[in-house]
Amino acid sequence: MTFINYASREINCKIVYYGPGLCGKTTNLQHIFDSTAPQARGKLISLATETDRTLFFDFMPLELGTVRGFKTRFHLYTVPGQVFYDASRKLILKGVDGVVFVADSQEERMDANIESLYNLEENLRAQGYDLMKLPYVLQLNKRDLPNVIPVEDLRQELYRKGEPVVEAVASVGTGVFDTLKAVAKQVLTELRKG
Amino acid sequence: MADTPLFLREQRYHEIKAVLARLRIDSGARVVFLVEKDGQQIAVQGEVGNLDTTSLASLVAGNVAATDGMAQLIGEKEFPTLSHEGEKESIHISVIGRLLLVVVFDERSSLGLVKLRSKQIARQLATLFDEIVRDGCEDLDSPFAEITEEDIDSLFS
Repeated sequence: MTFINYASREINCKIVYYGPGLCGKTTNLQHIFDSTAPQARGKLISLATETDRTLFFDFMPLELGTVRGFKTRFHLYTVPGQVFYDASRKLILKGVDGVVFVADSQEERMDANIESLYNLEENLRAQGYDLMKLPYVLQLNKRDLPNVIPVEDLRQELYRKGEPVVEAVASVGTGVFDTLKAVAKQVLTELRKG
Repeated sequence: MADTPLFLREQRYHEIKAVLARLRIDSGARVVFLVEKDGQQIAVQGEVGNLDTTSLASLVAGNVAATDGMAQLIGEKEFPTLSHEGEKESIHISVIGRLLLVVVFDERSSLGLVKLRSKQIARQLATLFDEIVRDGCEDLDSPFAEITEEDIDSLFS
């Protein structure tokens, strides 16, 4: 839920990165964190297991700048991708303003992508949202690996509603900011519609 | 579609800050802040210093959401209060509808006092929040009404 504070002249929006386990959601946030000036972002909070798998969520506030005199801050969250953390995923979607689905382009992860996307649609519905009406971006990650599925085939399976599709290699930052920009733009455009 | 945005007017913001300031004094707390259940920080009052209240707000919301989930699993609607007691610093959280009232206190206060004072102002905060939701945005100048593609692009330049 977007929060607009007229006293401090701030706008806060919530973006959630969703996708199957090990698809690169945390890597997206880590790259944004590493590439942003410290004054523009807060801490990157990771609630992770000892083996660095996301247990509950990652969180990072990012200040993008000023729009019409209002500081624009995006709260970026990731969900835990592993199937058995579904209860946590549902909680993190509460109050979401925009979603990025990070798909793993590797052939052997195709089923996991499809399952995770269905899970996203279902969990959004459970919170009263409809993916078709939410700001949404599809990121095709890990495009640098040898065993990737062609983009057209991925689109055929995962494309939902005319959303922007961004090819990415999050580990080196390719496509990370394009993805963020695409979703942020939709969120702000939604606000313009009122 | 996403939820309706929450618009906080300057006057309401100062009313909330005044309530939080009183709670802080009455409870002898270090910091008092108000968070929306989705993790958005609404207002903060006290010795913030280096405390990262944005991250804390997000973690408080996650904490409450997780314990709400636990409550439902055992047949409860929610746990209306949560307390975490540390060696020097402690946190008390009260769930007031969609609001989370968070009090950070140290040895200058006590959990009992914080609980009592938090409970005493809960209704007032709930009423204020209802008014904020009722206020809506109709007479406010939306910063987005005339936003252009260039404005949005400039955020990423």
